[in-house]
Amino acid sequence: MSAAIVFDRVSAGYRGRAVLGDVNASIISGQVTGLVGPNGAGKTTLLRVALGLLDTTQGDVRVLDRNLREWPRDARARAIAYLPQGADAHWPVEAWKLVALGRMPHRAPFAPLSPEDAIAVDKALARCDAVQFVSRRMDELSAGERARVLLARALATQAPILLVDEPAAHLDPVHQLRLMELLREEAAQGAAVIVTLHDLALASRFCDEIVVLQSGHVVSQGVPDEALSDGVLAAAFGVTVLKASSLAQVRLPIIPWRRL
Amino acid sequence: MDGALQQDKDRRFASRIVSRFSHASPITLVLVALAFALAAISFLIGPAHFGPRALFFGLFAPHDAATIVAREIRLPRALLALVVGAALGASGAALQGLFRNPLADPGVTGVTSSAGFGAVVAMYFGFAAVNPLVLPASAIAGALATSTILYFLSRSGAERTALILAGAAIASLATAMTALAMSLAPNPYAISEMVRWMMGSLKDCTLADLALATPPVALGIVLLLASARSLDALTLGEEAAQSLGVDVHAARRRVVVGVALATGAATAAAGAVSFVGLVVPHLLRPFYGYEPARLIWPSALGGAVLVSAADIAVRLIAPDGQLLVGVMTAMIGAPFFIWLILRIRRES
Repeated sequence: MSAAIVFDRVSAGYRGRAVLGDVNASIISGQVTGLVGPNGAGKTTLLRVALGLLDTTQGDVRVLDRNLREWPRDARARAIAYLPQGADAHWPVEAWKLVALGRMPHRAPFAPLSPEDAIAVDKALARCDAVQFVSRRMDELSAGERARVLLARALATQAPILLVDEPAAHLDPVHQLRLMELLREEAAQGAAVIVTLHDLALASRFCDEIVVLQSGHVVSQGVPDEALSDGVLAAAFGVTVLKASSLAQVRLPIIPWRRL
Repeated sequence: MDGALQQDKDRRFASRIVSRFSHASPITLVLVALAFALAAISFLIGPAHFGPRALFFGLFAPHDAATIVAREIRLPRALLALVVGAALGASGAALQGLFRNPLADPGVTGVTSSAGFGAVVAMYFGFAAVNPLVLPASAIAGALATSTILYFLSRSGAERTALILAGAAIASLATAMTALAMSLAPNPYAISEMVRWMMGSLKDCTLADLALATPPVALGIVLLLASARSLDALTLGEEAAQSLGVDVHAARRRVVVGVALATGAATAAAGAVSFVGLVVPHLLRPFYGYEPARLIWPSALGGAVLVSAADIAVRLIAPDGQLLVGVMTAMIGAPFFIWLILRIRRES
């Protein structure tokens, strides 16, 4: 178990407005780490810091045992793949071409796609159940279908670290489950996966590790059962939760559980 | 399992074929052929009655009667139409890619009119007389000022309608400043030439105009082509593009400078020809898979074709030379612009 990303006393913010304060966290390769917290807790900001899109005001980020600042731009792009929240295509390009953009960090300037690139693109599409869309334009696909193609774009990079920001939002239950399985498969193949989630049911079930952020601080980190204790949930989210152990006493909620 | 694997392989093979073939478009060849044909027609049209033979040999003869017409009038006009059109078409494609906005165009966003203002100041206040390079330099400076403003507006998160409205405001301001500069100019001909600068015209352009315009336009287009890959990545949005290793800020600077060079130099030679950069990329986009990178070069060709065709049309409609090429492009472009806005509204 090696740490893919280490946040060491990281503080960061926008134009003097501090968003993250003194964040310490380790993201382990081969695991799915869920980043949860209420709106505005700093989840996306933490991902942006990990990507080098936002500088830290204090502290250091180490990526694969090397300070993030020392990474050359293209090497970093090969190491970390990122799917932003609410990602969409600004032009109605063909799905295959869109996924092929994920290969950009592997290509020299003006170099065409290599056969390896084409294989990576096809594999990524297949894994996201999006093979049938290869020659469809993005504007011909539904929001959920576009989300799958965009995830394939991130997977096509074949990076050892995958950052996914709120990917479940636009997906129907079956594709939410498929998405989480997919992230688990990525982790099983050795990738470090960080995923931000609002859905605590998905987070507690599919993540190996949970980091709870509140007002820019890590309030708990660990396996789901420990990190999402009643106390933490009450303090961070202001909610009480229903856990499987207490199900006998209430009417059962419906939680999409397995794909058919 | 074997069947599924085979199917997967077939699909992979098919998709690779698809991607290979979509690289070269027959449309590009058509555009090249059209540009050549229209330049040849443009060379043959004019008030002086010379046959094609006389004009062609006039190009090479030392002192033929047709020589002056061929070399000094027809050739610069035909070639400048290509250069100006290429500059505007490529600039439009790159701006649209950069701002991810199909309404972005050097004319609509005020880059052309600012270049016109720069050119007018250089021309009518005597600066261009000091050194001929001052004219394109001043136009490029005007274009650069506006494209830089647009750059900062988009960087501070102005969404696409805001950007276009800001551009429209800059365009009116630049046109007003141009009128003011011409009213104040010590040159008595200034007022009479105002329309020519504001609408754009290829009439009476010289070999010197062509020689001054071509290098900055070529350099500008090269800069835009060099940004092509970044524009493709920007299809995914800025943060995703950055995560793919694209230096978005550098790409923006390249496009801003490239557009300023190309549009500025073209405007210094022909005045503010508008809407070419709006119409051409939009019409060509479906043929190039909506990919911003692949669109730049064809848009340069398409712009050359459109401006050449418009310049031929104005000479056929009004042989006395009273119709300006910019009037023609605006009459095509403005209704097109409105149609495009309505379509975008419907889609969103």
